Amino acid sequence: MPTSFFEWVAFFVNKYGLFFIQGAGTTIFIASIGTIAGFAIGLAVAVVRTIPVEENDSLARKLFYKFVRFIFVAYIEIFRGTPMIVQAMVIYYGSAELWGLDMSPMVAALFIVSINTGAYMAEIARGGIISIDKGQYEAAQSIGMTHSQTMVNIILPQAIRNILPSIGNEFVVNIKDTSVLNVISVTELFFMSKSAAGTYMRYFEVFFITCLIYFVLTFSVTRLLLFVERKLEGPDSFVIHGSQTVPQAVIKGGRE
Amino acid sequence: MSNPVLTVSHLKKTFGENIVLKDIDFFANEKDVVSIIGASGSGKSTLLRCINQLEKPTSGDILFHDKNIQDSGFSLSNYRAKVGMVFQSFNLFNNLSVLQNCVVGQMKVLGRDRKEAEQRAMDILSKVGMDQYISAKPRQISGGQKQRVAIARALAMDPEILLFDEPTSALDPEMVGEVLNVMTSLAKTGLTMLVVTHEMDFARDVSNRIIFMDAGVILEDSTPEEIFNHPKNERTRMFLNRSIRNT
Repeated sequence: MPTSFFEWVAFFVNKYGLFFIQGAGTTIFIASIGTIAGFAIGLAVAVVRTIPVEENDSLARKLFYKFVRFIFVAYIEIFRGTPMIVQAMVIYYGSAELWGLDMSPMVAALFIVSINTGAYMAEIARGGIISIDKGQYEAAQSIGMTHSQTMVNIILPQAIRNILPSIGNEFVVNIKDTSVLNVISVTELFFMSKSAAGTYMRYFEVFFITCLIYFVLTFSVTRLLLFVERKLEGPDSFVIHGSQTVPQAVIKGGRE
Repeated sequence: MSNPVLTVSHLKKTFGENIVLKDIDFFANEKDVVSIIGASGSGKSTLLRCINQLEKPTSGDILFHDKNIQDSGFSLSNYRAKVGMVFQSFNLFNNLSVLQNCVVGQMKVLGRDRKEAEQRAMDILSKVGMDQYISAKPRQISGGQKQRVAIARALAMDPEILLFDEPTSALDPEMVGEVLNVMTSLAKTGLTMLVVTHEMDFARDVSNRIIFMDAGVILEDSTPEEIFNHPKNERTRMFLNRSIRNT
């Protein structure tokens, strides 16, 4: 049996290495799917919530939008206002009890993380959309673009770029918060660690390793997102086409 | 004589308690270059914004080739494609390159294919002297260059009328000339233009009609000759004296 701290760490790495990797894989899988699906949900909710309702729209149309907005606000408030660990219990056990749904813990986990993230993303995306200068809408309208064309081609590309740091935040939060899903026996990193630690009653050593793995996961994700952000920003320089003397010449130009 | 391209009758616009346009009657014939002048807050910009429906008029009618643009069956999207607008703050699409700024509307609204749209955009960008900058993003070019691209973006839609909302007011003095030059050459091509401006030289030398607005009404609508040399209204005279002394 190992005697010192480092011996124990080495012991667990050797014996449970694959276990940790599996747990980390599950964690990053749930967090990725949850963040992407949550982003899609949030974006859809925000786009619908920002559809302008004109004074001279028909009453039916106005009432319909009012109703839809009410539903969305209720969704956002409920899922932001309760802890994910509680949502996990209610949805996992509730769906079995009420509708006889036999969800696997993994399906339940994906569903819970997505819908929970969606509630936060909806507000993040709405913030992104309303932060775009009104002049951008007006310019698009002035050349005849419809609201949806304006959204798809002009507003959303800018809004998404602007909210990328917040999306990164949500991703990092999701990597860490999937740990609460151990309450419905999802075999993510925290669940795996608890099992390994319990077998030998060595909690400090095991969770020290777990801690490092979580940090590596979140740190890689933030680096990756920074990279994506810089890609979306585009190059600082641009190419000047043609010149006075040689029309075909291409000259590199910088920011003025 | 043919009917006016654009007719505005009994146009009224209020923002809450504030009456911005009182009872505007106004028309523009084909090839008219109309300068709209007046003090800040006199309703000049609001008039342009109502014409292009960025603001909904409180009451009154706007006719485009004798069709009421506020009728329910009227296609606002087609109308806006034919009535271009150039803004004081440029409003170039920040996510798109100079070329794409001039292409996106042609493809989405007019249904042109990419090749045709890019060809048209290149033609116009070279007319405004911006063809060298097609791959630049708006944040990478100067104010005067932005405004020339904004004009090209509007022209790429082949508009019948172009509305200019103080196109040079946000520019550094040394960049005003390049934009006015583009506008002057456009006026010579026979494009119908409505120009809200504080550039009195442009109003006098380039436009064939000047409208003077004050406190939400049109006080005078006449030739530059008449307005500058024989203003009928005392307020017009005072405004011109002030404006000309400042320049």
